Amino acid sequence: MNSGAKRFLIAAILVAAVVSAFSAQFNRYYLGVVIDIGINVILAVSLNLINGHTGQFSLGHAGFMAVGAYAAAKISIVFSDKIPAQLAPVLFVAALLSGGLLAALSGLAVGVPTLRLRGDYLAIVTLGFGEIIRVVLQNMESVGAASGLKNIPHDTNLFWAWAFAAITVFVVTSIVNSTYGRGFIAVHDDEIAASSIGVNPVRYKVTAFVFGAFFAGIAGGLYAHHKQFLSPTGFDFLKSIDIVMMVILGGMGRTAGVIVAAVLLTLLPEFLRGFAEYRMILYSLLIIVLMILRPQGLFNFKNPWRAKA
Amino acid sequence: MTEFLQQLINGLALGAIYALIALGYTMVYGVLRFINFAHGDVFMLGAFAGYYLSPVVNKFLPAQSYVGGALVLVLAMAICALLGVVIEFLAYRPLRSRPKLTVLITAIGVSLFIEYTCQHKSVFGAAPHKFPDLIPATTINFNGLVIGVNQIIVLVTTAVLLVALRFIVQKTRMGTAMRAVSFNEPAAALMGVNINSVISFTFGLGSALAGAGGILFAMNYASIDPLMGVQTGLKAFVAAVLGGIGNLPGAALGGLILGLLETFAGGIPGVSNYRDGIAFAILILILLLKPAGLLGKSTVEKV
Amino acid sequence: MKIWPAHFFAAVATSFILTGCNQSSTPGAGGTIKVGEFASLTGKDATFGISSHEGTLMAIEEINADGGVLGKKLELLTEDTQCKAGESATVVNKLISRDNVIAILGEVASSRSLEAAPICQQNKVPMISPSSTNPDVTKTGDYIFRVCFIDPFQGTVMANFASGTLKAKRVAVFTDVKSDYSKGLAKFFKERFKANGGEIVVELDYNGGDKDFKAQLTSIKAANPDGVFVPGYYTEAALICVQAKQLGLNVPLLGGDGWEASTLVEIGGDAVNGNYFSTHYHQSVGTPISKKFNENYAKRWNGKTPDTMAACGYDSALVLADAIKRAGTTDGPKLRDAIAATKTFPAVTGTITINENRDASKSAVILKVEAGKFKYLETIQP
Repeated sequence: MNSGAKRFLIAAILVAAVVSAFSAQFNRYYLGVVIDIGINVILAVSLNLINGHTGQFSLGHAGFMAVGAYAAAKISIVFSDKIPAQLAPVLFVAALLSGGLLAALSGLAVGVPTLRLRGDYLAIVTLGFGEIIRVVLQNMESVGAASGLKNIPHDTNLFWAWAFAAITVFVVTSIVNSTYGRGFIAVHDDEIAASSIGVNPVRYKVTAFVFGAFFAGIAGGLYAHHKQFLSPTGFDFLKSIDIVMMVILGGMGRTAGVIVAAVLLTLLPEFLRGFAEYRMILYSLLIIVLMILRPQGLFNFKNPWRAKA
Repeated sequence: MTEFLQQLINGLALGAIYALIALGYTMVYGVLRFINFAHGDVFMLGAFAGYYLSPVVNKFLPAQSYVGGALVLVLAMAICALLGVVIEFLAYRPLRSRPKLTVLITAIGVSLFIEYTCQHKSVFGAAPHKFPDLIPATTINFNGLVIGVNQIIVLVTTAVLLVALRFIVQKTRMGTAMRAVSFNEPAAALMGVNINSVISFTFGLGSALAGAGGILFAMNYASIDPLMGVQTGLKAFVAAVLGGIGNLPGAALGGLILGLLETFAGGIPGVSNYRDGIAFAILILILLLKPAGLLGKSTVEKV
Repeated sequence: MKIWPAHFFAAVATSFILTGCNQSSTPGAGGTIKVGEFASLTGKDATFGISSHEGTLMAIEEINADGGVLGKKLELLTEDTQCKAGESATVVNKLISRDNVIAILGEVASSRSLEAAPICQQNKVPMISPSSTNPDVTKTGDYIFRVCFIDPFQGTVMANFASGTLKAKRVAVFTDVKSDYSKGLAKFFKERFKANGGEIVVELDYNGGDKDFKAQLTSIKAANPDGVFVPGYYTEAALICVQAKQLGLNVPLLGGDGWEASTLVEIGGDAVNGNYFSTHYHQSVGTPISKKFNENYAKRWNGKTPDTMAACGYDSALVLADAIKRAGTTDGPKLRDAIAATKTFPAVTGTITINENRDASKSAVILKVEAGKFKYLETIQP
């Protein structure tokens, strides 16, 4: 399994590199959508670690994404004209990683105090953290406050988006499939039983939040350098809801399903553009219908390790 | 001092509206253990029902009369109850045996569907509408303190509905059935409780409350639009959780606390820009101290 | 059931390829000139986006009825931004790369215009924003224009009006903290009003979409100001006027062009009377076009009264069509130069001259609400 995952990772990065080399020939619109897909895959897979594998219902993913996006963007803006041009990719990756780390820190800040909370209470508290992050950004003049942060270098390309998506998938599946990672599923299935056999739910929950937030932060950084503009309203709770939809539609805890759902939910609104004013009505109807037809998640098939979701 | 008392009045009036909507949230949650995301949208439909009903009612009752207002309120509640039952039947019932998070997504889907459909120009359109004055808009002045008759009505209605709901849940046959379903659904079914009708009834009741909330909200803030339920619904949900979701007095208490918090935070220069954040920060603090909400019972899970 | 996902995948892939192929178009073919528009047609700001879109669409229809430009009809391709961050970039990319539009019109909100502007600039496709007032929008690059005021001008105009005409000494400022438009106006208002010797007694904020403003208004009342500056949109301003009256805050409220809409009076009723706001034009002093505009708009859109967003949307299309005629081509750089050279062009919202910052320089008018009507008070030159 592990070598298979490694092969997948290397293959995915190679494909991303090759496709990216020809990206100048692609229509910019399609290219943009494909990059959006990569970013959404990162968001969905990382939230899946928290919501799906560990069973902690979080509604604050947009908040972690915002932390990563703003941190990475600010670093790029401040340093981009202070370094030689050939170091630009280094700066970009450094900015992304710092954004991810800062988001991971905020994940820790959310994870630790909320350990006592379950279910909907946890959902509300994470939603609250997300909203607090948005309100703080809205009042922070150093990142443009309500007018937004502009002039972010256009560094995200197909390669970076897909390479980071592949890394996210690799890291999350490797963690979950490792001996250590069985603990996430144990916590998800039954916290008390898990602790009685020596699995420490506290440590697992915090780990899930920290890793999940880290990748959300990376996704945020990629998003910032893709759209070149950030405004606080883009990270409200509706954004978190979008990501939660991908996770649930994909079948909580099923990485492959979640990836497919992320792809589908990014493409669906684009396909529906032809319907103009009926587009979003159709979109919401399709979500209801899909959920009723495939309540176990779109691509949720038998998994030898887990009989029941 | 006058300013403080005025803010207290403002906060209680705002909180009473949150409380009213939170009651509906908490009702449905208490029985089904799932967040009905479309509740805020039913609230909006209640307001629009009032908007279209009011001219009809005025044809045979004098405009701006208390009787007419009450009739509009009751009719809108009936329409919303019906809508709630239909939504449950079409979108939630097929998924009843599924994990609650699955139903959450259909609920989000229903919520988006209602919002986008109502924003369409052939339905309500996106522009705000002026909600008609159902009753004469008078305010009472008392030593520089101002309170609207509308605000008093909201407070009274919330209190009355809270008592009525307590009665329904605690004293009636249907209420006993609701509690049974909430406690243990399969066992209740074995005891001969008709689960479907109990759940339909709960949805109907919860949606009627949302409809009442919509009308009373629109009487106070006479600008209604298809997205009015989003923010208000979220706040009411927060209020319900704050009080301990599933707990009726808790929802009312949570609503009042949230209203007061928002009002006092909103009135301070330099703090008002963090108003939404402060409400959430205090909510988080309360939940960290009382993880099941203010009046919720924290259950110890047994293996 | 196992076959299902495979079918689904195939369907998705096929439709992706199909949409990719059959709609790719070649520029100039078909005898129309394609103009792209991005607007918030759904979501929380939909009411402004729809107004702006209706104005733009009506202008395009009128231009086509007059024979179009360069012997061709204009074709307006509109995409919805859903008021979502990230969408503007996607749709503008689509309009430029897939639909090959020659120019972009939009958006109302500065934050969404700022997202689209770098894309237009990089593709050398001129963009005209109808009503994004943040000064930064056109600073993105030399292909980005606008036909509305910028925040500094309007904020200054109202500050001078407050201290000059109203003789106000103590003013409270009540800002929409979510809106850069509102914050921009408030900032420049405060600067000028203080420079004029006035005092800002209290500053409070609300969030766009709020319905309850009593908390802030109670504090404002306690500070006892001579007037309150409420830069924001009519959706909130109407309720603010009503609640201010309820609380007995009987001083004039001042606003910007975001106030101008019949909805303000509909929702606000008597409470909006006696308040002032600045805007682009008034029927009684407007250009000949602006006099016709209200009439035609009502005819085209079932009796609706246009708001500022509709008028600016209309103008953005007029300025573009005029520039295409003068350029004699739809070629990006030449069209850009033609737009930049727009001088004393008579439009609905006044006589537009595009200045060196690619902003419209035009006069503002101050209106007073009286008996539910907007009454003309004075004109202020830039």
